[in-house]
Amino acid sequence: MSRTRAASLRGLFAARSRALPPPVSPGCPVAEAHGLGVRLGGREVLGGIDLTARAGEVLALVGPNGAGKSTLLAALAADLRPDQGEVRIGGRPVDAWSAPELALRRSVLPQAATLSFPFPVEDVVRMGRAPWAGTALEDEDGAAVAEAMAATEVTAFAPRPFSALSGGERARVALARVLAQRAPLLLLDEPTAALDLRHQELVLRICRERARAGDAVVIVLHDLGLAAAHADRTAVLHDGRIAAEGPPAEVFRDALLSRVYRQPVEVFPHPRTGVPLVVPKRLS
Amino acid sequence: MLLTAGLISALAVLCLLSAGIGAYHIPLGDVLSSVQHRAGLGGAALDRVGESVLWNVRLPRVVLALLVGASLGCAGALMQGVFGNPLAEPGVIGISAGAAAGAVAAIGLGLTLFGNWTVTVFAFVAGLGTVLLVYALSRSGGRTEVVTLILTGIAVNAFAGALIGLFIFFADNAQITQITFWQLGSLAQATWPKVLAVLPCAVAGLVAAPFYARRLDLLALGERPARHLGVDVERLRIVLVLVVALLTAAAVAVAGIISFVGLLVPHLLRMANGPGHRFLVPGSALGGAVVLLAGDLAARTVAAPAELPLGVLTALFGSPFFFWLLRRTRRRQGGWA
Repeated sequence: MSRTRAASLRGLFAARSRALPPPVSPGCPVAEAHGLGVRLGGREVLGGIDLTARAGEVLALVGPNGAGKSTLLAALAADLRPDQGEVRIGGRPVDAWSAPELALRRSVLPQAATLSFPFPVEDVVRMGRAPWAGTALEDEDGAAVAEAMAATEVTAFAPRPFSALSGGERARVALARVLAQRAPLLLLDEPTAALDLRHQELVLRICRERARAGDAVVIVLHDLGLAAAHADRTAVLHDGRIAAEGPPAEVFRDALLSRVYRQPVEVFPHPRTGVPLVVPKRLS
Repeated sequence: MLLTAGLISALAVLCLLSAGIGAYHIPLGDVLSSVQHRAGLGGAALDRVGESVLWNVRLPRVVLALLVGASLGCAGALMQGVFGNPLAEPGVIGISAGAAAGAVAAIGLGLTLFGNWTVTVFAFVAGLGTVLLVYALSRSGGRTEVVTLILTGIAVNAFAGALIGLFIFFADNAQITQITFWQLGSLAQATWPKVLAVLPCAVAGLVAAPFYARRLDLLALGERPARHLGVDVERLRIVLVLVVALLTAAAVAVAGIISFVGLLVPHLLRMANGPGHRFLVPGSALGGAVVLLAGDLAARTVAAPAELPLGVLTALFGSPFFFWLLRRTRRRQGGWA
């Protein structure tokens, strides 16, 4: 009885101090960028970006190196302040949220996962639950951690120190931490870069499941095949601007991709599934 | 937890031993009985000499060792967490030296601006300035690399050493004796007023520190990921840098430069019990107290009737450990490059 009272007191306190994000119906905008422009070191890295991440949708950001994909993701994550335009999350400008409030609304997977001290894997994943401490959803901590570890297939190394893992294993643990956060917006920067074939597919399947469950997923990808197969929408970035945006089947065209990547490519449907395949044009 | 219980019992035993052992030996039973007597729980007072030795010489020194050791251990754990670097320590990166330069300036210039508190205040302000300086100089891109940190430490230590040298040059003999005490580090001049002078700083720092343990865990992920998990990183850093300055200044103000305690203790505890700060921060305070109490007991008994400077003793044992740690870090990273 004292436990339930403590829980209700905690809930009361949490409700007063931090409003939990309300559920969003599929198709509603979760994060929006309007007229976004970013300058870094005197150079315009992003300009005139209008982009919306919607609930229930996987949005892939693709483009050549230096096109501004990671910068755009960082701006959506509120890591950097845009020089023009604004970013809104959950209907409010990101500046209007405090760091703890924002942590309930978006989770971010950075490109490289580092750790200063050798925490065991399970502790690292559990760090993803930190934003919910003191809220009613704190009780989900154990389940969220176990589920995220099972989904990314890292349960087997739960007690091992993070620093003893390989690059691909670290990447999956970092993803598990992001999944355990259970935020309605996931921003993933190249989650597949260090992964083998099986785990690349696994990660993209997880993204689709999260989208089906009602979350918005924004993912930076280099592999156009993965983007074509798994994303609901793609935005092709080129020199800091969005060159094209829409379903992969409409956006991935020979001419556009050849121009953006400065590499002749051919796009043709997969013989069985019809998903677009992107292959560089080779002489023989 | 077993480790906590072990540390606490080691601390209790060392307190009793330190109170009894010395040029004037007081048996264990007498120590307990005198303490009981003063606490109004029965027991009996000792003879006049014994009572005076115990209450005016030994016990202030024991309490001071506890405060200084806890402050140094805790400051080391916090600093390593804030910098995300296991080699950060108030002594190694020059904060103790900076605080000592402030204290020496107060002595050398004969300042009495704040009465009894003058030296403490100067140590604190100089320590704080040094923390901020090291912090600003050694960070790039949200990280502190080992090389940058150590090199910054060398520069800061050299500059603080030069300032101290300058004050020695202009000081008279009495001041030089006092200044030498700062440089070597010692608890020999422990008195109750000194205990009272550092008590507020040390207690404030020690009480505040554990509240930031969970956020320090998140900071291990890096600056941006910590912010993504709801940590107000800038504020956390500023508060913790202030706490570190508070703790270091408190320790340096009464005991001079005692290095390596803040490095050694958190490391041993991390090896024994993992890197979680919820244990590490209070545990390092406890462990620091144990190490300094044991060190002080050794310093005044090993070469009796002479007394070794405590700072010399901790450096003697701490330096090889630091060297080993450097080698280990280097091996793990595959070179400094």
